[in-house]
Amino acid sequence: MEQAFVILRHREIPDIQQLGTYIKDGGYEAWKRAVKEMTADQVIDVVKASGLRGRGGAGFPAGVKWSFVPKNVFPKYVVVNGDESEPGTFKDREIIEQNPHQLVEGVALCAYAIQAEIAYIYLRGEFKAPARILQAAIDEAYQAGLLGKNIQGSNYSLNIYLHLGAGAYICGEETALLESLEGKLGQPRLRPPFPANVGLYAKPTVINNVETLANVPPIVRKGAEWYRSFGTEKSPGTKIFCLSGMVKRPGNYEVPLGKIKIRDLIFGEEFGQGLLAEGRTVKGVLPAGASAPVLPESALDTLLDYESVAAAGSMLGSASFIIMDNTVDMVWAATKMVHFFKHESCGKCTPCREGTYWMLNLLEKIDHGHGEQRDVIMLGNVAQQMLGGKCFCLLGDFSTSPVISTLKHFRNEYDAKVQLTPDGGVGTHGAHG
Amino acid sequence: MMTSLKSGNILETAAQPTTRLSESALREIDGLIKKYATKRSAIMPVLYIAQAEYGYLTHEAIDEVARILELDPTEVLSIAGFYTLYFTHPVGRYVVQICNDLPCALRGAEKFVTEVRQELGIAPNETTPDGMFTLEAVPCIAACDNAPCMQVNLEYYEKLTLEKAREIFAQLRQAVKG
Ligand SMILES: Cc1cc2nc3c(=O)[nH]c(=O)nc-3n(C[C@H](O)[C@H](O)[C@H](O)COP(=O)(O)O)c2cc1C
Ligand code: SF4
Ligand code: FES
Repeated sequence: MEQAFVILRHREIPDIQQLGTYIKDGGYEAWKRAVKEMTADQVIDVVKASGLRGRGGAGFPAGVKWSFVPKNVFPKYVVVNGDESEPGTFKDREIIEQNPHQLVEGVALCAYAIQAEIAYIYLRGEFKAPARILQAAIDEAYQAGLLGKNIQGSNYSLNIYLHLGAGAYICGEETALLESLEGKLGQPRLRPPFPANVGLYAKPTVINNVETLANVPPIVRKGAEWYRSFGTEKSPGTKIFCLSGMVKRPGNYEVPLGKIKIRDLIFGEEFGQGLLAEGRTVKGVLPAGASAPVLPESALDTLLDYESVAAAGSMLGSASFIIMDNTVDMVWAATKMVHFFKHESCGKCTPCREGTYWMLNLLEKIDHGHGEQRDVIMLGNVAQQMLGGKCFCLLGDFSTSPVISTLKHFRNEYDAKVQLTPDGGVGTHGAHG
Repeated sequence: MMTSLKSGNILETAAQPTTRLSESALREIDGLIKKYATKRSAIMPVLYIAQAEYGYLTHEAIDEVARILELDPTEVLSIAGFYTLYFTHPVGRYVVQICNDLPCALRGAEKFVTEVRQELGIAPNETTPDGMFTLEAVPCIAACDNAPCMQVNLEYYEKLTLEKAREIFAQLRQAVKG
């Protein structure tokens, strides 16, 4: 048994969506204790000590982020990032649908910790059905006196509101999300200032991912030391791995960080149970959806934690593992991913808007068999030129990783699709397309 | 995702502003506005309500939302154009959004899209002549473990086959008739 259910509690307790069942399992104990007996700083300290890192992508320590919020400015806000739009990511949806009260309790604890009296949960627009479930849980919590005015006889009040997006990947970027919540175009803001100081309505704001906050109730209830009994020193706790693509058993698997390898996730009996089609081998693994470099088969023994995946040349990010077998055409795969980024580029800055356009243009030309060797070189150049802080937000950088990483590991597949020229394509750099 | 403001007529002030939103919609909007620090913040939920009542975001719908939220109609239109789930042109009664992003495509989604195209007799971004279905191929909808998958008016349908899709379409047609 490698899995450990700190968050996916419904795997052990099927009807934990219901308030009664959730409470029987110790739910809202931490919340009641916090509002009655703990100071806000004590909550921050436990979460800091647990070493919990943000699960939305960047892996920033949650407690540290909360401690940046100024104490003397009001109002403050908590904003929950439930935009979950990275291709291959479907963990937040399972938390919301199956264990909604743990999220609600986590949001409440975060709000109390920074003394915010309003929290918004921003869900992607496609989560209309999950939103119904979450709203029902929130309503139950109000009725039980766990939310609203003077909670549990304390002088602390909290309202939690749901807000649905409307189909825009960029709104997962935290500052674009804030713009969207303010009723503006979902385009990123310049940082600094960071949301902890100048966030929603220019007030101090903490933004955390759904999975991050779902970790908080068990941490506050059972303590930082208990949480650290899972995972590694630098990557404590469990993480939900979204496994998709060409495996027998795709799905969410919750495992302590640093405990198993990519190979185990794909082939383990408890996990993916191997490749979908017999007699094939793994060609490529995307560890963080379309946004992080593809890893080749030689990386299968990489341990699943933030440091190890980074050392292998990629990123753990949202831990959305997309598995591709040896029949996959990597030029096609790169084209699909860049198509996604071009579609989702918000258009605010030129390098990303134009860069994704040109990368897609060249990729389609190559993929359709109309390319030349110089197009492959040009493709790599366009991607390289977008890097180095030129793009306004990380989406621009992300969009280059399918190109750069497939060129690195699978260059032969590009060459096989294009006409070879005697000069190897290096002599001709004219604009074309 | 950006929209251009080609249409001139919504910029002109109508002599008789149309008010088409129902009483209950207006009440709901009043409640929504209270959740936010600014009226503008309510624009996304309000656009959803207007879209449901008008069928799509017509010029009148945009105008009415703008009046309610005290915004310029061009601003409202630019928001509607930025997000893919708002429709500023007529769509079918059911908007069928099939995921054909990479993880699903690795599990047969592209073939499934082709089959549904043939079944409905339309290409992506087209609407059936009876106005029943609009087909779209969309990026990941967070159901990759259950590919092929789709949403119809944002409700999930997962682990699909052509057979199952046919049944779903038949049921939806029936629901409209019944
Ligand atoms: C293009 C882009 C898309 C993102 N999408 C998401 C998302 O869907 N969900 C999410 O939680 N974080 C997403 N992030 C990360 C957020 O900006 C932010 O780091 C995160 O919400 C912070 O929460 P955490 O510290 O709990 O991870 C995205 C970032 C970028 C640059
Ligand atoms: S990098 Fe892309 S998504 Fe980010 S601000 Fe620029 S255009 Fe928008
Ligand atoms: S790729 Fe289709 S739902 Fe995620």
